[in-house]
Amino acid sequence: MANGRFGIHGGQYIPETLMNEIQHLEKAYLHYKNDKDFNSELTALLNDYAGRPSLLYYAEKMSRDLGGAKIYLKREDLNHTGSHKINNVLGQVLLAKKMDKTRVIAETGAGQHGVACATAAALLGMECEIFMGKEDTERQKLNVYRMELLGAKVNVVTSGTQTLKDAVSETMRDWVSRVADTHYALGSVMGPHPFPMIVRDFQSVISKEARAQILEIEGKLPAAVIACVGGGSNAMGTFYHFLEDKSVRLIGCEAAGLGVDTEKHAATIAKGTLGIFHGMKSYFCQNSEGQIAPVYSISAGLDYPGIGPEHAHLHDTGRAEYAPVTDEEAVLAFEYLSRTEGIIPAIESAHAVSYAMKIAPSLPKTESIIICLSGRGDKDVAAIAKYRGVNLHE
Amino acid sequence: MSRISNAFKKGKAFIAFLTAGDPDLKTTEELVFEMERAGADIVELGIPFSDPIAEGPVIQEADLRALASGTTTSKIFDMVKRIREKSKIPLVFLTYMNPVFKYGYDEFFAKCKEVGVDGIIIPDLPFEEQAEVHEFSGKHGIDLVPLVAPTSEDRIKKIAAAAEGYLYVVSSLGVTGIRSEIKTDLKSIIDVAKKTSKVPIAVGFGINTPEQAAKISRIADGVIVGSAIVKIIAENGRVSAKPVGEYVRGMKEAASEAFKPSIPAP
Repeated sequence: MANGRFGIHGGQYIPETLMNEIQHLEKAYLHYKNDKDFNSELTALLNDYAGRPSLLYYAEKMSRDLGGAKIYLKREDLNHTGSHKINNVLGQVLLAKKMDKTRVIAETGAGQHGVACATAAALLGMECEIFMGKEDTERQKLNVYRMELLGAKVNVVTSGTQTLKDAVSETMRDWVSRVADTHYALGSVMGPHPFPMIVRDFQSVISKEARAQILEIEGKLPAAVIACVGGGSNAMGTFYHFLEDKSVRLIGCEAAGLGVDTEKHAATIAKGTLGIFHGMKSYFCQNSEGQIAPVYSISAGLDYPGIGPEHAHLHDTGRAEYAPVTDEEAVLAFEYLSRTEGIIPAIESAHAVSYAMKIAPSLPKTESIIICLSGRGDKDVAAIAKYRGVNLHE
Repeated sequence: MSRISNAFKKGKAFIAFLTAGDPDLKTTEELVFEMERAGADIVELGIPFSDPIAEGPVIQEADLRALASGTTTSKIFDMVKRIREKSKIPLVFLTYMNPVFKYGYDEFFAKCKEVGVDGIIIPDLPFEEQAEVHEFSGKHGIDLVPLVAPTSEDRIKKIAAAAEGYLYVVSSLGVTGIRSEIKTDLKSIIDVAKKTSKVPIAVGFGINTPEQAAKISRIADGVIVGSAIVKIIAENGRVSAKPVGEYVRGMKEAASEAFKPSIPAP
């Protein structure tokens, strides 16, 4: 059995054509991970280009309004390109460059990872191609144009359900046909080993900072940290340095779409079963025949039928909890945070905000909660307006 | 002697692929018999999967058509059972990990044995992950046919050594689909594989013309054709028997041509 397991999950279920490349990637990563020059180069990019460390902001008005635990927002939305995706992308594109690759490819759902990837490729002088489901290119037109502005080619994926899952499949198909000069900068803690490990490590900067920041401000650990989960990269990054702090509840918020009792959701932990897909063993929304189910969420970034293998393991062991949050709840939280704190969150992150609003009132004022505000919501304004029956012309 | 190894005893083997249930299982059943009559030595039956990451558009669409017509793994087993009552042609499944995993490895391979499936190809099951499947495919005597790719390099020997049924050499980088030209140095891959392989070596991915079939069969033991057949089925639907039969006959002849001394060795 290959390594890269999290309990029973993970593994490397990919075509033979990619095996040598992926083993090469693992070797290169394990080398550069401990390489002083690589790390100082990456830290310089994260700090001087992406704007790290990100703020841990005390949402005082919101905390007062909810009347319970103090709410802190880890402001990944303030990173360059507007989301946590840049943390992983700068690491992977720099790694690809060290591996003498000249081209990076990536999938994108909402367009956040695609924009981050196109940005890093522009900065580091790499050719870049992004694969995006047709449905997503329509609901995230601005991000498509952004990627093109940054010099990337955007390939519209028309196969399958034309969303994130199909974008991942098409990116894998492209990689199989052109592996020598190309690195697949996978955007989440999913896919075959070593991607779940690499992406987690590059995203773990979120909890490394947040843990130190909360200890400095509050003098103690938070009662809970909360993040939204699609594939699960911002959640894994937010959980990682709290894993050993057993008193801290780790909560991932899945997209429940129209509700977990309907067929229109993307709640993998709540409704999925064990399977093998996109290179990994994990939980997937699927039917009894093992056909991957079409999933749905108002949020293109959470609209994925699987979850990263480390999350699946954290669920199995009970170390993390996963809660479904509906479209309606997320939209309410989106509007609430905008009005209350003057911060428009990404609709993905609004799923985490919603769950925090649910649990904060029942916790004492002496406790705190950290929400990972994984991205900013400018990209979602038109879609939320539409949800409310207002048709904006972009 | 297994049905698969027998198929390679009669000269160069022509291996035909189609997606089971495209456009429906009745047509697939009819096509298996038709392809056997036309000279196919082995038939690969695709169990459709919603997201086949190693397939190009032609087979992706066939999988979706098959699923839309209500094809399930159980119904495919029933079809194989019916075929096996009348035919001894070796049948090899081609599918992805998830449908097999979901059926249950033990139940799946027990059923393969019961109905008369001879082997299986799983494109998203590389050498390193084979053990969890082989425990059960081996228990029930179903050949696990592995793939080697143009990028396999130092991996070829160990994959070939563990191969069962036949070794599937992927002709080119990329996904399945018709290619006008195959540039890979197949001979050197096959030469390395031959050193450790105890089974015949067949080449697939991209092959669609009689010329390509003739050229490949000069260096390999078998020629695998998929997308070109699936394309004919896509165009002709339930009345594909005649055109598929004609195509398979031409390809089988071309593959056998390579034996004739009039064609100089490459």
